[in-house]
Amino acid sequence: MAGMKQAGLAQQANISASYLNLIEHNRRRIGGKLLLDIAAALDVEPSLLTEGAEAALIAQLRESASIHPKVSAELSRTDEFAGRFPGWAQLLAETHRRVTALERTVVELTDRLTHDPHLADSMHDMLTTVTAIHSTASILAESDDLEPEWRDRFSRNVHEDSARLAEVSQSLVQYLDNSSDANTDLQSPQEEMDAVFKAVGPRFSELEDGTQDPLSLTEYLAADISVAAKELMSWALQSYALDVAKLHEKQLASVISELGPDPFKISATLGCSPDLVMRRLAALATNFGLPEVAFAVCDGAGVLIHRQSSARFALPRFGGGCAQLPLYRALTQPYSAQTAWVEPLSNESAPLRAFAYAAPLGPVFPSQPPIYRAYMLVVDPGQDRGSEFDLITQVGVACRICPRKPCNMRQEPSILSSGL
Amino acid sequence: MGKTVLLIEDEPNIIEAIRFLLKREGWKVFTTSDGSIAVQEVRQRQPNLVILDVMLPGKSGYDILRELRQEFSADVLPVLMLTARGQSKDRDIATQAGVSRFMTKPFSNSEMIEAVRALSEK
Repeated sequence: MAGMKQAGLAQQANISASYLNLIEHNRRRIGGKLLLDIAAALDVEPSLLTEGAEAALIAQLRESASIHPKVSAELSRTDEFAGRFPGWAQLLAETHRRVTALERTVVELTDRLTHDPHLADSMHDMLTTVTAIHSTASILAESDDLEPEWRDRFSRNVHEDSARLAEVSQSLVQYLDNSSDANTDLQSPQEEMDAVFKAVGPRFSELEDGTQDPLSLTEYLAADISVAAKELMSWALQSYALDVAKLHEKQLASVISELGPDPFKISATLGCSPDLVMRRLAALATNFGLPEVAFAVCDGAGVLIHRQSSARFALPRFGGGCAQLPLYRALTQPYSAQTAWVEPLSNESAPLRAFAYAAPLGPVFPSQPPIYRAYMLVVDPGQDRGSEFDLITQVGVACRICPRKPCNMRQEPSILSSGL
Repeated sequence: MGKTVLLIEDEPNIIEAIRFLLKREGWKVFTTSDGSIAVQEVRQRQPNLVILDVMLPGKSGYDILRELRQEFSADVLPVLMLTARGQSKDRDIATQAGVSRFMTKPFSNSEMIEAVRALSEK
């Protein structure tokens, strides 16, 4: 309420200053004529006073409570709690956000530890050196009658191993520091390219409006990446430009508000292939004001060749995806429209809508096996929560860090005994 | 004649520490760091116990153990395996390969000596 004194506002709204104070501190809820009067006095939309920050806070509190059903939080009194103790409510919501972010980091780092050969080697070196130091230092500490020759020898060994440990630790810290934003010091050309795409976002306005061609855009974006990653990026941007030519942003915009982010409905309406629509939605969803989407593409061997995670749906940075993903179901049933409700096995409260589709890549030639690609788009369904009869598939990021039990798709034991 | 142990490990300072500890316990200690000749060394030395690292140059500890078990049962030749990887999957692999005891690095000297004593008394 900057710019207007409390007494002036109270006067305009025909209420006492103390009553306005109660409203401001969420001790009284407002509605009806009083709401309209205050909104008029402040020259804002009434909804801004009743929704916005407080509504978001309440939603976060509810989400936090739903993750811990055993705690039995008084859900029916969430509004009252947020109203009476806004500071504590903010703190709780902030803690929830922080825990969610940390859990994602744990998943990413564990995934990295599992599949990252550099990190696994560093850890092995470190443990081996620690073992040598521990063992030798114990001998030195516990053997009073150690001959001087052995004492000197073991002291030298401890000294050598300490130096080696310092070196290994330094290199490990540097490695983790460099990769703390999960974008640098990457392993494969695909990861290098993904990191650049993640930084610039999924939509390339230069290709959308034709102000730049894919090759010059590659030159511009690929300044600090390897030759192989640059080649991959060039292919990806050329495909992107071809997609723009087949399905323009404006064409998609014309149907999105009516059909929502359902690639099969859009495909049927516009007469283009579902995989094209999925790729375009992956690039443009947020531009249409839709929540961020996740998008994955795998080849006929099931190897993920494109990974676009969203805040609510993480795809593994290394290795294959969860075998429960509809992506793989699509791969076994080309040309069929696969839809499913998926629930990430992290801390998400509401299921997401997944669409998957597989088709041969490019033309099909006689006597040659088609090259299949499977595509999966995962969207936040907003208010559409499906019906209680819908089957919800729980999906993890990778078996090793997946708490789901039992799972008939499990490939290896999980290191998590009871989930995150 | 004292008991003999073959230590198959590639980290020199770990070899030195274990050799010292076991010699003090009365063991005669042979060592090799090359996985590819480890089985041959066992045949030649005929030790009472093998202490085996998992990650070795030439051949992995698991492969060495599998080969050993084709010739020597666990009763005849106990094998104590040392590894920096202590996850359940690694234990499962070692168990299936026929390990007698599995120890995760870093371990304490007393823990290692206790394991060697227990295996040699079987």
